[in-house]
Formats: sequence, structure tokens, C-alpha cells
Amino acid sequence: MERVEVQRSGGIWRYAAPAAFYPLAGKLAPWFFALAIVLTVVGLYIGFFVAPTDFQQGESYRIIFIHVPAAWMSMFLYLIMAFWCGVGLVFNTRLSFMMASALAPTGALMTFIALWTGSFWGRPTWGTWWEWDARMTSELILLFLYIGFMSLHAAIDEVRRADRAAALLALVGVINVPIIYYSVKWWNTLHQGASVSVTAGSKMAPLMLQGMLIMSLAAWMYCIAVALMRVRAIIVEREAGAAWLNEAVA
Amino acid sequence: MTATAFWTLLKRDLLLALRRRADVLTTFFFFVIVVSLFPLGVGPESDLLRSIAPGVIWVAALLASMLGLNRLFASDFADGTLEQMLLTPAPLGVLVLAKVLAHWLVAELPLVMVAPLLGLQLDISTEVVKVMWVTLLLGTPTLSLLGAIGAALTLGVRGGGPLLSLLVLPLCVPVLIFGAGAASAVAAGQDVQAHLSLLTGFLLCALVLAPVGAAAALRIALD
Repeated sequence: MERVEVQRSGGIWRYAAPAAFYPLAGKLAPWFFALAIVLTVVGLYIGFFVAPTDFQQGESYRIIFIHVPAAWMSMFLYLIMAFWCGVGLVFNTRLSFMMASALAPTGALMTFIALWTGSFWGRPTWGTWWEWDARMTSELILLFLYIGFMSLHAAIDEVRRADRAAALLALVGVINVPIIYYSVKWWNTLHQGASVSVTAGSKMAPLMLQGMLIMSLAAWMYCIAVALMRVRAIIVEREAGAAWLNEAVA
Repeated sequence: MTATAFWTLLKRDLLLALRRRADVLTTFFFFVIVVSLFPLGVGPESDLLRSIAPGVIWVAALLASMLGLNRLFASDFADGTLEQMLLTPAPLGVLVLAKVLAHWLVAELPLVMVAPLLGLQLDISTEVVKVMWVTLLLGTPTLSLLGAIGAALTLGVRGGGPLLSLLVLPLCVPVLIFGAGAASAVAAGQDVQAHLSLLTGFLLCALVLAPVGAAAALRIALD
């Protein structure tokens, strides 16, 4: 009965029901994947073949075409995840929690890529694999927050409680992220350790900037596509046995 | 009425802790042992020890405080008392605050008290010891408050203890930075007013927000 009512309610809100969102996500995901592939090819072509060599850093700067989009996504995705967690706790919508769970692994992956590529860039440029720089340290802590979210969700068997507990943790985390960032920043200046500046490349050649922006769009598209695919899998897992799902899958 | 509930619960928790002294002593000796292990691990050079001492003591306090946290709500949860607390007319946040305060008095305050002694053992000057003691006094309640959220979230969850540390430790980073940082700053002859102000700020924010968060987490756990 409840499902029929949800289906009938109009506008975009009907997609808050997993039964309505499942086919929509299935239709949208391939398009986002296609866009991600096209943008990645174009972005990487510009990045690796067209953009000029940096006069200070040489060729190694080209890692920014992966590194910067990954770092941006890692932070955006945490905010979006926390947003869906908030929506889920306020409106008690199951799909919001599923969305949050679908975003977390991608967010963690992006954080990891940002750290990994940053380390690869740091070795030839700064001469070290790791620097306790404010951004790197807070990125590392962001990775811990993602891992905490996923571990808590995985540790609780009852799905409803797992969703809500992890959502609360994400919200606590989102309040803490700026505090952590500024703490680490001030800590770093107090220690006067790192003499390197990440903001050195502010005068960026237009082609470099274009390549980076295209790669950022590609990262967005990839993350959306993967999140949609994953949310479909989560819906199938949780709604297993529902009549609409049997029809949809059959 | 709310104040009565607060004091009653505080007295009850302190009494319970007094009857189960072994739990408290475990945390206390864990702290002492962890700090004592560092000279054995990094070598007995007093210059090195002096420079790492505040950080070592702070990290050990952080780890020790994680150790006792999963007991914060566990026994009340196991025997059903927690459910009754959720049903009382007193605000749940206030009850959480009483429990956290009791936990802090029993589990953390002894660590803060013994910390100067460990500081002297690691050869830091009395001036640094004083600052470190003040930062521990200001910082450890914040750790307990943040930990209460984690304890409530992991209530009755399998692998609760390690999971609790995984959730709470990243959130404790700011407290650690300014807590240990103040002692290093005074050792370097810098002013520590900013550190102390920030630690007080964290404590005040946590006092207001953490009980609300922990109460929400308890409601989720007992839903």
C-alpha cells in the first residue's frame, strides 16, 4: 500500500523511493560512465601531450591532472555523503542512507589516490615521500574518517541502526573536519617544519588549467556513475524479495 | 529535577566505580606502562626523551582514555538500566554528561595526576611539567566527551573496543595537537596562551555539543 502511494506522488520526490530510483539509476549510470571516459581521454591527452612542460618542476607536475581532481573529489564526496546522512536522519528516507553508503568507498578511494599520487609527486619535487604538511595530514585524517564510517556501518548487523549510527558519525566528522584542518595548519606553522609551499604553482598556464578542469569533470562523472551503480547494488541487496524487484530484475 | 538526576547518576556511577576498582587501575597502569616503554624503545638519551616527552605522555593518555571508554555505557546497556534512563523525564544529554563526568573523575583524573611524575621521569623541566599538567586537565575532558559519542555509537557492536578507537582517535587530533603543542612551545620559550585558549574552546564546544550527539547515538542504539 505504502509503495503505491509513493509511486503516485509527483515530481522529483517520487525518486526517493528505491523502487522508482533503481531503474532511473540504471538508465543514468551508462551516460555518466560514457562522459567520464570521453572526458578522461580528452583531459589526459591535453595533460600528457598538449600542456607545456613546467619550467620549475619539469614533467613531474603532470601528476596534478590526477592528483588535484582526486583531492577535490575526496573532500566533496565527504560533504555530499554527510549531506545525505543529514537528509536521511531528518526525513527518515532509506534511499538517502543507501546513497551515503554508496559514496563512502569512492570517497575513500579518491582520498587514497590523492595521497598516493601526492607522495609520488613529492619524491622528485620535494625530495621526500611524505611531508607533515597541513593538507596532507588532514587528507590522511579524512581517510581515517571514511574508514571509520565504513567500519561502523559494517560492524552493525541491523541495517537501520547501521545506517543511522554511521550517519551520525559522518555528521560529527563534518563538524570536525574544519577544526582538524585549521589545527593541523596552525600546528604546522608553529613547528615551522615544512619549508615547501603547495601553492607555488598559482601562475598556471591556461592549457594546464583546462586539462585539470576537464579531468575534474571526468572525476565527477566517474564518481556519479560509480555511486549510481553501487546504490543499485545496495538496493538489490536490501530489497531482496520485494515484488517490484523481482519484476525489475526478471 | 534535572539537577537531582544529574547528581544522583553521578553519585551512583562513582559508587559503582569504587566497587569495581580493578577496571580503573588497569587503565591507570596501562598509561604508566606505555610511557615507560618509550625510553626502552627509543633509547635513554635525555635530550631526545625531553623533546618527545609531552607528546609521548599525551598520546599515552589518549590511548589509555580509549581503553576505558567502551565500558562507559556497556554495563548499563547490558542490564537494561540504560533503557530506563532513556525513559526518565530528565534530558538524556544531562544524564550523559553525568556519566561522562563520573568516567572522567575515575578514569582520567588519576592519569592527569600521575602525569607530572612521568614527566619528571622523562627529564622535562618543572615549568614544562606545569603547562603539560594544565593542558591535560583541560584536554582530557574533551577526549572523554568525544569518546562518549563513539561509545554510544558502538554500544553492543561486535569488535566494539578497537572500532571505538578507530572512530574517536581521528576526532581527537586537534586536542592532541594543542595539548602536546603547548608543552613543546613552553620548552621552546614561546607563549602558550593561544594553546590554552584553544583547548578551553574545544572543551566548551564539546561540553555543549557532545552530550547531544551521544544522546542521539544512544537513541539510535536502543531504537
